Amino acid sequence: MDFIVGFLNATLRIATPLIFGTLGELFCERAGILNLGIEGTMFFGAFVGFTVAAKTGSLMLGLLAAIISGILSGLLMSLLAVKLGVNQHVSGLGITLLLTALAMFGFNIAFSSNRVLPSIESFPQIKLFGDIPILGTIFTQYGLTYIAILLIPICAWILYRTNFGLNLRSVGMNPEATDAAGINVYRLRTLALVIGGGLIAVGGAFLSLAQLGSFTFGIINGRGWVCIALIIFANWEPIKVFWGALLFGGVSALQLRLQTTGIKFPYEVFLALPYIVTIIALSLAGRNATYPTALLKPYKRE
Amino acid sequence: MFKYKIVRASAPVWMRTLIPIVAILLSFLITSIFVIIAGANPLAAFYNFLIVPLSSQSSALEVLVKSTPLILTGIAVTFAFTAGYFNIGAEGQLYAGAIAAVWIGINFPQLPSIAILPMMIVGGFLAGVLWALIPALLKVYLKIDEVVTTLLMNSIIMYFVSYLLNDYWRNPQSGYPQSPDISAAAHFVRLIPKSRLHLGFIMALLVVVIVYFLIKRTPLGLRMRASGANAAGARFAGINVSRTMLTAALVSGGIAGLAGMGEIAGIHFHLIEALSSSYGYTGIIAATLGGLHPLGVALAAVFIGLISTGSQTVSLALGVPVYLGDIVQATLLLVTLGMLLLQNYRIERR
Repeated sequence: MDFIVGFLNATLRIATPLIFGTLGELFCERAGILNLGIEGTMFFGAFVGFTVAAKTGSLMLGLLAAIISGILSGLLMSLLAVKLGVNQHVSGLGITLLLTALAMFGFNIAFSSNRVLPSIESFPQIKLFGDIPILGTIFTQYGLTYIAILLIPICAWILYRTNFGLNLRSVGMNPEATDAAGINVYRLRTLALVIGGGLIAVGGAFLSLAQLGSFTFGIINGRGWVCIALIIFANWEPIKVFWGALLFGGVSALQLRLQTTGIKFPYEVFLALPYIVTIIALSLAGRNATYPTALLKPYKRE
Repeated sequence: MFKYKIVRASAPVWMRTLIPIVAILLSFLITSIFVIIAGANPLAAFYNFLIVPLSSQSSALEVLVKSTPLILTGIAVTFAFTAGYFNIGAEGQLYAGAIAAVWIGINFPQLPSIAILPMMIVGGFLAGVLWALIPALLKVYLKIDEVVTTLLMNSIIMYFVSYLLNDYWRNPQSGYPQSPDISAAAHFVRLIPKSRLHLGFIMALLVVVIVYFLIKRTPLGLRMRASGANAAGARFAGINVSRTMLTAALVSGGIAGLAGMGEIAGIHFHLIEALSSSYGYTGIIAATLGGLHPLGVALAAVFIGLISTGSQTVSLALGVPVYLGDIVQATLLLVTLGMLLLQNYRIERR
C-alpha cells in the first residue's frame, strides 16, 4: 500500500512541470505556432525564478520574475515567428539555444563568488486532506501542483467556452478566414505566445523553487521536448494533457521506486524509460492526430 | 516622395553577400550588452573573439580543430533539411557514431591503421544511420513529427552513454566515467606537428565535396531538393517523396555519426559524457548561416569554430563566462534568420 501511495504522490509531483509546459505549448500550437523555445524557456524560467528568490529572499518574487521571463521569451518568439514569419523550427530552437546560454551565463555571474552550489528554502508542501490516511499522503503536494491540476479545466473552458478561445482555435486552423472576420491574427498569436511562455516558465520555476530548491544545468533535461510530444499524444485537448502528463510522471515515478528495490539492472534503462514510453505512446496516438491545420505556417497579410 | 521602393523579388547578389556580414555585426552589437553586464569592455572582448585566435598559427589551427565536428553536423543537418526532413537529432547520432568508433577501436587492438580506421568510419556512419532510423521510419510510415522524436532520441542516447561509462566500460582502477582508450593504430594522424589538427578535418572536407556533388549534380539530389521545396509538387511529378526523405534522413544520421567518430579518433581516444559541446545543435546554426549550401555551411562552421575558440580566449583574458560564445552563436542564428527574409526583396528606383 505504501508503495502505491508513494508512487501516486511522486507521479503528481513529476507531472506538475509537464502540465504547465504542455498547457503553455498548447496555447501556442492552437494558435498555429510550434514553440520549440519551450526547453529554453523552462530552463530560463528555472534560472530566473531561482536567482531572484535567492537574491531577494522571496519565493513569490522569484515566481513572478519567472513568469515575466516566460512572457518575454514568448514575445521574442512572436517577433520571429509571427511578425517576421520565419521558419518556426529553427527560430524556436534558436530561442532555446539563446535562453540556455543566457541562463548559464547569468548563473555564472550571479553566483560567481559561491564556493558551494547555492540553494534556497523551497516552497512548503500543502496537506490538502490533512492527516487522513492514503489521501492525505497522496495529496501532500506543492501549491503549484494543485494550481496545475486546476489549470486543466480552466484551459479547457477558455479554449472551448470563451470568445477568445474560439478565435484562438480558428487562428490556428484558418488565419485567412479569421482575419476576414475582423480579428487581428498577429495580435492573437502574440497573446497566445505570451500566455504560453508564462505557463511554460512556471513549469521550469516549479523545479527550482519547489521540487529541488536549487538550480543545476541539467534541471530541465529534455522535459520541454517531452511536453511537445505530450501535446500530440493529447491530440491538442487540455483534458487529455492531464493523462499524458500522468503517464510520463507515472513511468518516471515507477522508475524511481524500482531503483530503490535493488533489482540488478542498469538504472539508466529506467531513466530513459519515460522517453522511450513517450515515443511509443506517440507512435500509437500520433497516427490519428489532428494537427491544427495552420501549424508551422506563417501568416502574411497581403 | 521617396526615390526608392522595396519590391518583392529575388535580392541582387551584393545584397545576398552583405546579409551574413551585417548579421555578424548586428549580433556582436546586441551581445555587447552581455559583455558590459559581465563587467568587460565589448571592444576588447570582440578583439579576443575574432582577432586573437587567428593571430598565432597554433590557435588558428585550433579553430579548424573545433570546426571539424561542426562541418560534419552542419552538413548532416543540411542534407536532411534540403529534403524537407528536420533532423534535430544530429547530437544523438554523433554520440551513436562515437560509441561505435570506440567499440571498434577497443576490440581490435591487433589491426593496423589501414584496416581499423576504415572500419571505424563505416561503423560510425552506420551507427548514426541506426540512431536516425526510428524517427525516420516513424515519419515516413506513421507521419509522426520527426522534430519531436529526434529530440527525444537525443535524451535517450545520453542515458545509454551514461550506462556505458558508469557500468559496461567503467575503469575499476581510475573510477573516472570514461571508456578505455582505443588502440594507438585507431588514432587519426596529425596533419601538422605540434597541433591537434587531425585527418578528421580532411574527412570533413571530403564529405562537404561529396554532399555538394550529391545535392547539386545527382538525380537523388534533384529529388531531395524537389521534395524539400514542394512535397506535393514533387509527388505530382512522380517522385517518391517518402523514400527520398528516408534516404536523406538516414544519410544525414550517418554524416552526424562521422562527426562523433572523428572526435574519438582525432581528439579524445575514449568516450566521455561531454564529448560533444552541443555540436549537433550548433550544426543547425551552421546550416542556417550557410544558407543550406554545402560550401557556405562549411565556411559558417569554421566561423562558429572561431567563436568557440574565441570564447575561451575571452574568458581567460577578461574573466567573462565562456557561455558568452554560445550567446553570440544563438544571437547570430536568430539575426540571420530574420535577415534572410531580405533575400526576397529588392530595392528599386522609382
